[in-house]
Amino acid sequence: MASSIATRASAEADLPPPLKESGQREVFCGLTSIVWLHRRMPDAFFLVVGSRTCAHLVQSAAGVMIFAEPRFGTAILGERDLAGLADANEELDRLVAQLLERRPEIRTLFLVGSCPSEVIKLDLSKAAERLNRQHAGRVMVLNYSGSGIETTFTQGEDGALQALIPLMPASSEQQLLIAGTLADAVEDRLIGLFHKLGIERVASLPPRRSTELPAVGPGTKLLLAQPFLSGTARALVDRGAELIRAPYPFGVEGSRDWMAAAAAAFGIAPARVAEVLDPLVERGQRALAPQRETLAGKRLFLLPDSQLEIPLARFLSRECGMELVEVGTPYLDRQLMAEELELLPAGTQLSEGQHVENQLLRVRQQRPDLVVCGLGLANPLEAEGMATKWSIELVFSPIHGIDQAADLAELFARPLRRRAALSFA
Amino acid sequence: MELTLWTYEGPPHVGAMRIAASMEGVHYVLHAPQGDTYADLLFTMIERRDKRPPVTYTTFQARDLGGDTAELVKRSIADAVQRFEPEALLVGESCTAELIQDQPGALAAGMGFGALPIVNLELPAYSKKENWGAAETFYQLVRTLLKPQLPAPGTPKPDPARWRAEGRRPRVNLLGPSLLGFRCRDDVREISQLLGSYGIDVAVVAPLNARPGDLQRIPTADANVCLYPEVAGTLCSWLERQFGMACIRMVPIGIGATVAFLREVHSVLDLELPAELEPGADGVCEAERRSRLPWYSRSVDSTYLTGKRVFVFGDATHAIAAARIASRELGFQVVGLGSYSREQAREVRAAAAELGLEALISDDYLAVEAAIAEAAPELVLGTQMERHSAKRLGIPCAVISTPLHVQDVPARYAPQMGWEGANVIFDSWVHPLMMGLEEHLIGMFRHDFEFVDGHRSHLGDGAPVAAPAEASPAPAMAAAAGVGLSWSPEGEAELAKIPFFVRGKVRKNTEAFARERGLAVIDSEALYEAKAHFSR
Repeated sequence: MASSIATRASAEADLPPPLKESGQREVFCGLTSIVWLHRRMPDAFFLVVGSRTCAHLVQSAAGVMIFAEPRFGTAILGERDLAGLADANEELDRLVAQLLERRPEIRTLFLVGSCPSEVIKLDLSKAAERLNRQHAGRVMVLNYSGSGIETTFTQGEDGALQALIPLMPASSEQQLLIAGTLADAVEDRLIGLFHKLGIERVASLPPRRSTELPAVGPGTKLLLAQPFLSGTARALVDRGAELIRAPYPFGVEGSRDWMAAAAAAFGIAPARVAEVLDPLVERGQRALAPQRETLAGKRLFLLPDSQLEIPLARFLSRECGMELVEVGTPYLDRQLMAEELELLPAGTQLSEGQHVENQLLRVRQQRPDLVVCGLGLANPLEAEGMATKWSIELVFSPIHGIDQAADLAELFARPLRRRAALSFA
Repeated sequence: MELTLWTYEGPPHVGAMRIAASMEGVHYVLHAPQGDTYADLLFTMIERRDKRPPVTYTTFQARDLGGDTAELVKRSIADAVQRFEPEALLVGESCTAELIQDQPGALAAGMGFGALPIVNLELPAYSKKENWGAAETFYQLVRTLLKPQLPAPGTPKPDPARWRAEGRRPRVNLLGPSLLGFRCRDDVREISQLLGSYGIDVAVVAPLNARPGDLQRIPTADANVCLYPEVAGTLCSWLERQFGMACIRMVPIGIGATVAFLREVHSVLDLELPAELEPGADGVCEAERRSRLPWYSRSVDSTYLTGKRVFVFGDATHAIAAARIASRELGFQVVGLGSYSREQAREVRAAAAELGLEALISDDYLAVEAAIAEAAPELVLGTQMERHSAKRLGIPCAVISTPLHVQDVPARYAPQMGWEGANVIFDSWVHPLMMGLEEHLIGMFRHDFEFVDGHRSHLGDGAPVAAPAEASPAPAMAAAAGVGLSWSPEGEAELAKIPFFVRGKVRKNTEAFARERGLAVIDSEALYEAKAHFSR
């Protein structure tokens, strides 16, 4: 994909200033990320300290697909807990003891802060310290906030990973550290490719077992697999890691550039990179071609939700030929998105934050062929005649890497193909 | 503080949303943090609604907390009123907003919206739940809209038979059907038709598809039908007290309940009871022929339903109705009855006592699952939660109550109430069970070599692999028998002759029997002893 590097002259300067919106936001809060985090680390339990709303949110977002005895739950605050924080702390200790008794396999317990726990200033870091003393040697108790007043949707993962970072052992050994939850199969594949490229030590955060945390230190080169890990990246850099600048591994081009950037950081010759990756790129593009036929020329509107919007827009426009009407993002981290913004076509309209009513007016005016949005908005837009793609599916599906590019494109092509396939005449 | 993994009910503001989203012309401004908008998907995904619920969220964030969140509330209210031009406005807060005490209802009242009815919803999020929130919202909304019509104290009660003097057909309101309720859409159609067939009109259906103006017509009816007590109970009692409106409280789910409902309607409205609703010499009335359930239940194929062990759990209304149908109209044996509706616990306890059971009142789905496992039923009638628990336990299940899943909102007409509701119930409860003749044949052919554990396909894939559980007593099973208790090879062989679908139960019963008798080894004799013991 040397050509893509050549066309990179179009710098971010060619983008009009983003629309900055404030108003009603139709996004999940950070608690939602528990849904995929708990699957990644089967020996961890996520205990939300919050209200019935929090419990209902996680259950509704998760749907019934993971109904089996879940490794997450909610300690629901009652009126008595609000009346006295001393009581609330005692109650929390009681619940945690009860939970650990029932689930002896738990090795790491995350206390997850919520809007109500933040507002009543229930100090969960103190609670975690206290519980660590009570259950020393048996379970590690950590805390982070997934509250809606502080985090959106995927930012919950950023918080959870930051809670793990202080526990990571120090090491100055040379290694590549991939941060961000990947599907296990995708992770194996990517690590295999890095080995092939000549990077010997590759570690992942979060690990598959919460107790087997990777090391970090001056020899660590950090590669982000997800674009929503601002705090994690900062904390790892503080521990000595060096952040590799790259677009994110979505699509053939993004995934290749992502791996090539890692290879470059390890001083691997571009010829070796080409030798390993070019056949994959060629195959990936071949697999992508039929999806591109469905998607090319179609107009795409992305509503802010998962924070994956900018990399996806880049992939869908550059590799699938879609036309970008508006690319919304809950917040714009220009540092982490720098490489992505450079690749967006000139003139792409970004929007940051949300005023959902005004944004929906723009959607109706523009009549895009496909809208990427949350579950609350999908059916209403379908009923207005627009095809939609649920953004939450993107965080549950294996979409990273060159080999997955066609699958990723297919997620967007399917709603369009379905519309074309239906006929009631 | 209470540990919850999955919850039967959402918070009370979700109940308020159910009322707002069920209606037309109502808008709800909810002071709530970013993230609480998840509740929209309950309506657009589970109910497959083609429009967003009429809710404006303030979606405040941490940075707003330092500033003036009250200003944000006012901005949101002003914006919503201008954009949606509601005929009535609900204003309330979710759990987090309750803590910051901006009093959004009071703010709205001071904003000068003139004649726009504004309902200030105070729904305590830390002590109440969804159904309570729905009932309270429905009541507060109607109370606000009927304020100008409140009769002066001492006004005589309107006569439910005044339709006669007024020279018109009698009419009733159907109160309580709402979105995210169980089959409300179809129940309303079924009950409207049913009442129509006896010459009774429906004045107002609410909240489902009603406008605020419709609610103002509630007093024009001769009586109220409290179709879903979880949502309409509070309102019906208030209308009884303040407007003297008679209330029909029998919920017409099942044959007996439908007949009782019709008799209550006729009695309240002072209508002459039609002959078909009069009980015959055998206690059966002609009207029940309008449903197929009574005949299907009496037909010979249904003999196999006799004494089937059934566990019932749901909201109070549906659980009580299901227990009655199961025990009386299908000849099942109800081995467990419970509800998560604490507000109606008394009624559930009474229904359970009638069946010689102690009601399980709990909103802990694990306690319910444990109770199911303990009762060892052959069929579970429950909510979406019990569907999953039953699946884990390997027991068939039919869903009879909220909370529901998208598949519990069927495209076809599938009421629970009235004659057609009884037909739907017969089909959906009996289908998960094995058909009578099928069960008989399996019993007859169970020793044939083709008939081994699991189902074999007629596609033919060669001789069946010997079922592992039969070939050698698995160590796991020996362990399951408990300390100091084991099965002799001969006992295992005898057990293997029992059809697989009851074998687990027989094994469990036999082991309990053996423990009780202090037996160390279970042989075929012990098995038959146990069989005799349990068949008494």
